[in-house]
Amino acid sequence: MLGLGVDRLQADINRLLTSLFHQGVLDEQFLQLQQLQDDTSPTFVYDVINIYFDESDKLLRNLRLSLMDREFSDYKKIGLHLNQLVGSSSSIGARRVRNLCVAFRSASELNNRPGCLRGLEVVEHEYHYLKNMMHELFHLEQQRLLAAGVRYPM
Amino acid sequence: MVCEMEIEDMDVEVLSSMWPDDVGTETDKQFNVEKPAGDQDTLKEVTITEKPAIADLKRLSELMDSTHQGSSQLTNLVKQWEYMQDHAVMLLRDELKSLSRQREEAEAKELEIIEEHNFESNGHENVLVLDDKSDFLRSSSFRERKRSQVFDSEKIEVDEVYDTVGYWKQKALRLEKLLEASRERERRLIEKLNESLKTMESHAAPVEELTQNLRRAEGFLHFILQNAPIVMGHQDKDLRYLFIYNKFPSLREQDILGKTDVEIFDGAGVKESQEFKKEVLEKGMASKREITFETELFGSKTFLIYVEPVYNKLGEKIGINYMGMEVTDQVRKREKMGKLREHNAVRNAMETELNKTIHITEETMRAKQMLATMSHEIRSPLSGVVGMAEILSTTRLDQEQRQLLNVMISSGDLVLQLINDILDLSKVESGVMKLEATKFRPREVVKHVLQTAAASLKKSLTLEGNIADDVPIEVVGDVLRIRQILTNLISNAIKFTHKGKVGIKLEVISEPFFTSENMNDNKPTTPKQILSNEEQNGDPETTVWICCDVYDTGIGIPENAIPCLFKKYMQASADHARKYGGTGLGLAICKQLKVELMGGRLTVTSRVNEGSTFTFILPYKVATPNDHSDDQDEFSDMSDHQHIAEDTTHGYFQFQPLLRSLYSSSEGPVTGQNFLTHNVTQSSCIKLNGFASDLSHALPSTNIAQSEAISSCSFESAHKYPNGESLYKEYESCSSSQASNEGGALVMESEPAVSSRRQEIDPHETTSERCEESSKPDSKPKILLVEDNRINIMVSQSMMKQLGYPIDIATNGVEAIRALQRSNYDLVLMDVCMPVLDGLKATRLIRSYEESGNWEAAIEEGVDLDTPSSETLQNREVCVCSTKRLPIVAMTANTLSESSEECYANGMDSFISKPVTLQKLRECLEQYLC
Repeated sequence: MLGLGVDRLQADINRLLTSLFHQGVLDEQFLQLQQLQDDTSPTFVYDVINIYFDESDKLLRNLRLSLMDREFSDYKKIGLHLNQLVGSSSSIGARRVRNLCVAFRSASELNNRPGCLRGLEVVEHEYHYLKNMMHELFHLEQQRLLAAGVRYPM
Repeated sequence: MVCEMEIEDMDVEVLSSMWPDDVGTETDKQFNVEKPAGDQDTLKEVTITEKPAIADLKRLSELMDSTHQGSSQLTNLVKQWEYMQDHAVMLLRDELKSLSRQREEAEAKELEIIEEHNFESNGHENVLVLDDKSDFLRSSSFRERKRSQVFDSEKIEVDEVYDTVGYWKQKALRLEKLLEASRERERRLIEKLNESLKTMESHAAPVEELTQNLRRAEGFLHFILQNAPIVMGHQDKDLRYLFIYNKFPSLREQDILGKTDVEIFDGAGVKESQEFKKEVLEKGMASKREITFETELFGSKTFLIYVEPVYNKLGEKIGINYMGMEVTDQVRKREKMGKLREHNAVRNAMETELNKTIHITEETMRAKQMLATMSHEIRSPLSGVVGMAEILSTTRLDQEQRQLLNVMISSGDLVLQLINDILDLSKVESGVMKLEATKFRPREVVKHVLQTAAASLKKSLTLEGNIADDVPIEVVGDVLRIRQILTNLISNAIKFTHKGKVGIKLEVISEPFFTSENMNDNKPTTPKQILSNEEQNGDPETTVWICCDVYDTGIGIPENAIPCLFKKYMQASADHARKYGGTGLGLAICKQLKVELMGGRLTVTSRVNEGSTFTFILPYKVATPNDHSDDQDEFSDMSDHQHIAEDTTHGYFQFQPLLRSLYSSSEGPVTGQNFLTHNVTQSSCIKLNGFASDLSHALPSTNIAQSEAISSCSFESAHKYPNGESLYKEYESCSSSQASNEGGALVMESEPAVSSRRQEIDPHETTSERCEESSKPDSKPKILLVEDNRINIMVSQSMMKQLGYPIDIATNGVEAIRALQRSNYDLVLMDVCMPVLDGLKATRLIRSYEESGNWEAAIEEGVDLDTPSSETLQNREVCVCSTKRLPIVAMTANTLSESSEECYANGMDSFISKPVTLQKLRECLEQYLC
């Protein structure tokens, strides 16, 4: 309330980010994203990531639906979806999701259905992990912003 | 005596420099020569001349005889001599021992020979002779025993050997020779013995020993004392010098001996030393003391003096021994040290003091910060409360509720004001408050302030504004602060004025005297600084000093209260505080914080019961009136331009008290919409007592008719203007801020103080936004981004924005081609992998269009092009044809299907690998756009 926890929150954020970088969940592209955030677009990162999750949710849902279908054969469609996912994941710097998607895609190129199913499994797992972490990060960020919003007339 | 003479002789020979040897004429010369030229440490006195020397020595020997010290020294010497003698005796004994050992050996040999040869008679005699000569150290028993042995063996041998005489003779002769040799040896030994005895005798003379010792002692003393900066002396019971030693004498001996200190020289310290010596003499205890002398003889010097009493053998005091050493330098150093230590202590004390102060200051700062933060935190919810209350007041309420609500709103207002004051104060104190330089019209500011004040006026006061003709129409300054000051002063004036008038007068004055002072002070802001913003704009503007009087006919301020008037949280008196309320912050903020921050000055003149005048003088820049930029001032949006033309030159306003009520107006055709615009009700509860008469003066009687019917202690009066305009319409015109001057009375905006204050806080934002919008550049290259992924679009778009390029977006190849049809681009960033039409194909189509000038290839591919009307199509063709080859940069994800060769093969100029980074984009743009 009085803006006393700003430093602690910032430290938490940094710690979280560091660990994500260490695990390879994120890469330097995420920093690019952060650089793009300035006074004119103070919530840029948040917005982009949110859209990413929206889109990716849809994509993953489609992928799952397609693969669950027994008479499924449209691997090209899966490839397109995965291209999207790879592109946007690499754009936001979600390295692990991207790498797993690439693997998934190569399975789909080989029309390898079990490989695709496993790929989807892994991608979904990783994707949800990323989502949780991002959620955590934005939660901290929000708190920090609230705390930092307290202005001292100094 | 003989000994002594000898000693003296010795002295003369060896130790000439210690005791003045060749007395008389030579002495002076010697001393003069010996005196080292550069040695400033020279001690005083001394010298012993010929006669004194002799006499001295006599006395000395007398002293030696008569005093304890003397006798003990002699005793020592004697003892030492005795030791020496003992030592010599020991040595001699050793020698004797070795000699006797030699003799024993010789004897043993002799016996052997005798045994061997059974020599009888001769042997006897020889042995006897030998015995005779050496008997005195030989134990007789030993000898007897030997002899008896010899005799025994002789007898036996005699018995046995008795054959050939010739042989025996020969043997006897040889033995005799041996005997001879042995005798000779013995004789020599005896001689040696005698000799050593003789030398022993000569050594034994005690006098010589003593002399030598003495000489050694003196040599030692001489060696040590040669260069010692020491004065030594002996003084008798009357403290007359009997003897003195001084390495660097400055007085002749006859000046000293037989005299006392006091007789020799005078000055500070001499008496003291004399006393000290006496004291020692009386007490009989040796002691030390430091005495500083200040004499003509050797200037200012400090001596460490040691004095001990001297007793004779009977235990009577006969004088003192005295030793002095110069310690001036040391004393000086010591004093310096002392001073330094003192300084240090003072410093330390100061430091701790300062630390304490710093600590306190920090605490205060923290407290202030806390206060500010708290205030800030309180303000936001509070304004919510007040705002809601205001909205609530526009709803249908019964009278009691309304009254309660009014109290609530005004209390909330009060708290808000208080918090704002605190925030302002802490802002100014911490130097955060920034001054802004904006153009504004002083007349309008004055008018507006008066309007606002009049709107909340609950008394029958006349508010007037009077602006001199020479005041510029527009000036540059921090209008917010100036308004705040004016509002503050006016509300103060109104608070303390019960009847009469309150007014503002503006006039231009010449540069006041205090500016030069101000420049010298380290004030954070001088007029120059404030207005530096404007100066940077390069407008040639002149500074004008405007003096603003805020006068009233109120209760006035007693003279003794004026000094503390501008202090924080202070009011003229405790009575006033109780009676009128308030925090006492307003004037402090006005003066110290705002006026002086802007480089002006706030003063006050007042007479009790007649009124006060607050005057503040501020510098402004004169703005050029022909400038019609958007952000002219904060009031421009409130006023119609036509009205401005009238108002700008108007120099006089007057506001009569207007008493209105919202209730009456709400009975009129007020719609919900209108409620919102004037959601604020002007509380118009007026104390009846003492007011009715004023009202009747001020208002037409028709108005009162309406108001009379209300409750006993308060009434609401609805007021209509004589010209018949309905109140509702007035409100409307007020809110649009068109101040009409009809009928000498001005219609006022009915916004209450709260909301107007909020307005004051906000304009920063609106102006800054405006600036941004206006500063958009136009001649930027046009870039088209072709990308299907929303995320990528967002990221790239944002990057381009940061690089300063606006971009258009197409989400697939077909859209890209349509966009190119429609408009002319300088660069295309093309994603390779896209639905509908991928980047490679799109590029191929674009290139074919560039070659052929038509989109037939695209149409063949099945691209559903816009079917543009003929004229636009023509335009397109013209502009496209005029362009050179359009740079197309691929954006690839570096997968197998998106190899760079493929990109080039399809007519792309370059490629950026994904993910796109700022750096890559920048390089690409530099390559194709510069």
